[in-house]
Amino acid sequence: MMLIDCPHCGPRNENEFSYGGEAHVAYPENPAELTDKEWSRYLFYRGNKKGIFAERWVHAGGCRKWFNALRDTVSYEFLAVYGAGEAQPQIDTLQGGTR
Amino acid sequence: MASNTLIEVRVSPAAHLTALMSEASVVQGLTLSEVAFTTQVSVRVAPGSAGYDAVAAATGVGLPEKVGQVAGEASSASVLWLGPDEFLVTAPEDSSLVSTLETALGGNPGQVVDLSANRSVLELSGAKAPLVLRKSCPADLHPRVFGVNQAITTSLANVPVLLWRTGEESWRIMPRASFTEHTVHWLIDAMTEFASDPVD
Repeated sequence: MMLIDCPHCGPRNENEFSYGGEAHVAYPENPAELTDKEWSRYLFYRGNKKGIFAERWVHAGGCRKWFNALRDTVSYEFLAVYGAGEAQPQIDTLQGGTR
Repeated sequence: MASNTLIEVRVSPAAHLTALMSEASVVQGLTLSEVAFTTQVSVRVAPGSAGYDAVAAATGVGLPEKVGQVAGEASSASVLWLGPDEFLVTAPEDSSLVSTLETALGGNPGQVVDLSANRSVLELSGAKAPLVLRKSCPADLHPRVFGVNQAITTSLANVPVLLWRTGEESWRIMPRASFTEHTVHWLIDAMTEFASDPVD
């Protein structure tokens, strides 16, 4: 069992959460002007980083709110959670991990 | 008279399980029962907005501010925190509650929806109630974390429920109405072991 810190509800079991893929993927300014290749890049291409990765999560079994998290994809450790729309925290300034 | 016709013929989600639940209630003091026909109203208003203030005043007990909090007591009107901008106002049967809240919200952004039939209310009480719940509830039910008159959204027996600790030893479990039968049978099964004396 892994606990995930929901920004609204505090630490909860991982089975209450759903994964939403990479965070900070900006919607194109003018989607109509994109070529098919650029559009497919926006729709389907995501990072697959080994290490610290910014991701979207939703607390589906709780407050039903989306938030962002920094997670180490090697150890599964959640290093930070922050609100949707907020800038990614600088990980080297954080005081240690959570769990 | 005519306006009461539906009230006379309505059946609560666990009505057919009443006998089963009372049979399962154990000598040790574990009891399971249904609290039928409560009024439940979903309210969505953003904190800090005019609608939030108006609805908070109309409930008579305010609105809870953070996770776990409940405004008011289970015996009268009370408000459960479901999310930063989502609340569940519950009360023993009260047909005027929806219109009161709707009037308070007025034209402000937000919503007031009557969800009385959405969730059934089961009440599990007894000193061993937390042991029963812990068998499949992943939330932390330790009294240090989960105090009296706190409520959270979580899951029990793999179905989403609202879990509300209404007293020192009593818990309200609110699954969706269609999950009532499953939840009741699961709880009865989980209660069974406490009928016999512990083996040393």
